[in-house]
Amino acid sequence: MTAPTTRFTGRGGRADKAFHNATIVAGLVVLVILGAIAFTTVRRAWPAFDLMGLRFITSSRWDPNSNEFGAKAFIYGSLVASTIALLLAVPVSIGIALFTTQVVPARWRRPIVYLVDLLAVVPSVVFGLWGILVFAKHVGGFYNFLHSALGPIPVIGDLFGSAHGRSYMTAGIILAIMITPIITSLAREVIDTCPPSDREGAFALGATRWEMIRGTVLPHSKGGLVGAVMLGLGRAIGETIAVALVIGSANNISANLFASGDALPARIANEWGEAEGNWRAALIGLAVTLFAITIAVNLLAAFVVNRSVAKSQGTR
Amino acid sequence: MVFVVLVAVLGAAGCGGTGGATDSLTGVLNGSGATFPKTFYEVTVYEFTKQHKATTITYSGGGSGKGRTDLQEQVVDWAGSDGLVKDADRTKYKGGEFLYFPTVIAPITVAYNLAGVSELDLSPATIAKIFQRQITTWNDPAIVTENPKSSAKLKGAITVAHRSDGSGTTENFTKFLEKAVGTNAGGIWKLRSGSTVEWPADTQAGNGNAGVSQIVQDTKGAIGYVDYSDAVATELRFAAVANKAGNYIAPTLAAVSAAAEGAKINADLSYDPLWADGPTAYPIAAPTWVLVYSKQSDVAKAETLRSFLHFLLTDGQKLAGSVDYAAIPLSLAERAIAQLDRITTA
Repeated sequence: MTAPTTRFTGRGGRADKAFHNATIVAGLVVLVILGAIAFTTVRRAWPAFDLMGLRFITSSRWDPNSNEFGAKAFIYGSLVASTIALLLAVPVSIGIALFTTQVVPARWRRPIVYLVDLLAVVPSVVFGLWGILVFAKHVGGFYNFLHSALGPIPVIGDLFGSAHGRSYMTAGIILAIMITPIITSLAREVIDTCPPSDREGAFALGATRWEMIRGTVLPHSKGGLVGAVMLGLGRAIGETIAVALVIGSANNISANLFASGDALPARIANEWGEAEGNWRAALIGLAVTLFAITIAVNLLAAFVVNRSVAKSQGTR
Repeated sequence: MVFVVLVAVLGAAGCGGTGGATDSLTGVLNGSGATFPKTFYEVTVYEFTKQHKATTITYSGGGSGKGRTDLQEQVVDWAGSDGLVKDADRTKYKGGEFLYFPTVIAPITVAYNLAGVSELDLSPATIAKIFQRQITTWNDPAIVTENPKSSAKLKGAITVAHRSDGSGTTENFTKFLEKAVGTNAGGIWKLRSGSTVEWPADTQAGNGNAGVSQIVQDTKGAIGYVDYSDAVATELRFAAVANKAGNYIAPTLAAVSAAAEGAKINADLSYDPLWADGPTAYPIAAPTWVLVYSKQSDVAKAETLRSFLHFLLTDGQKLAGSVDYAAIPLSLAERAIAQLDRITTA
């Protein structure tokens, strides 16, 4: 490491101004692109919104032949599959992150991190094909076992109805595998920012390892962890090909997690090629809906983070 | 640039649409649309551009609807479509009047997976009831009466497989059912027709012909509709389907050619070979067309377009069988060739 050779002359006034302007432009470009996307998609989806009104999201009847475009089943499918994915992926990811940063000996750390990151570079279509050719074919037996074990229980039994290889659950599991590396590597970075002095302080006060993690690492990285989970959710809810291959493509709303359903992006990918006129507009409408859901979820997450950060600082 | 145009104009004057070996053709023709004839177009494009090295022709698939929309917006020079343009949409075509050129025809098979059953006869009414889930087991009396010889092996639940993506294959399959047993023909088929329909929720969906083949192959007792070339490639067994004359006909290229012979050809060269007359016609015959604008702005492009379409309708027809499509009847091809003169530069 050589020391930086920049000499600070204090005469960089013009460069400062240029830098200032460049960053403003860069910031605005993001807003302009987002705005332009929102504007054109809404405009091109308008015939369908105009035709269906609020029924676009409250109706579950999707029949292009009779100009009926109700997206409720796809919204439901997207939310269910992403929720399953998060429920499965978040504990595992944060577990891996804590394991690699807090538990594992330093020399084993690299290989484990490499392995997890390797998962992140597998293209989604590979997961999809694996899902449809291998996973969906063989997972039916396991689903049937869950169905016979948990099906008779009141209320939760409804979630474990008769089983299909192509279902919300299969899509959720495939998505969980896909988002685990993203959440893991972000969570690891976040957890690494916890100052060693805090951790050592906790140990000095007689904390066990778990008490140290719960008392210093987790509160310190709470905001960042929520951010990591949100990025994972963003990938899960927008994932197209893998989901299109395994979710079953049925216009169906069912509490049964083993039933076939469909998700917003998967429906767009499946029907785009043949769609014309109002149908095409309705598919763009699905994209707008997806956009709106993603923004809503992110705003909600930002709100939750802000509140929890404010709270934990208040009690300090 | 001026030089290129000049050469093209001179070439166009000399060649006159016969697509001969005079290699004066230049230019790029971009196409998109139906995936069903894609293999055929790829083969013909390959052969054509081998003879005319200065031309570039593309065909990107994407679906009939995409092809028609791309042509509307003048994004492509030629579009492949398994269906016709609705009258209401005609005004959306920015390039004005367009022409239909029929290219090939092929069967849509009703493929099934039943151990020990190598021949299966199905009537349209039975197919309609199976795909609407009114018949859910293979030993249903309707199936057994049609197949007395295999009655002992007809057992188990039926799994219905259909396309998850919008498709010209779905459109032609459902149109066949609508014509044979739909609202105006006994009313057994209630899902109407379209590139996607409201399938019952307890059916399986696969992406593309390959996806449906996959489900049929993997699932005992499954049945689905699959393009002939894909069904042959995956070695699926397929049913003989009762035609209008009441004969059970297996899907073959000869049987769809017979269907095309029996169909009435309209003035714009649209025709409907589904549920056609004729004792040997296979009833689920899928047609496909190339759509182009009759008014072309670029002389060189118009010339290449005429030559390429001429090739599709003559030498190209001989290539069709090698990729599992049937040639269109000669009389229809001749009418299509005559129509080439309507592609002009104003």
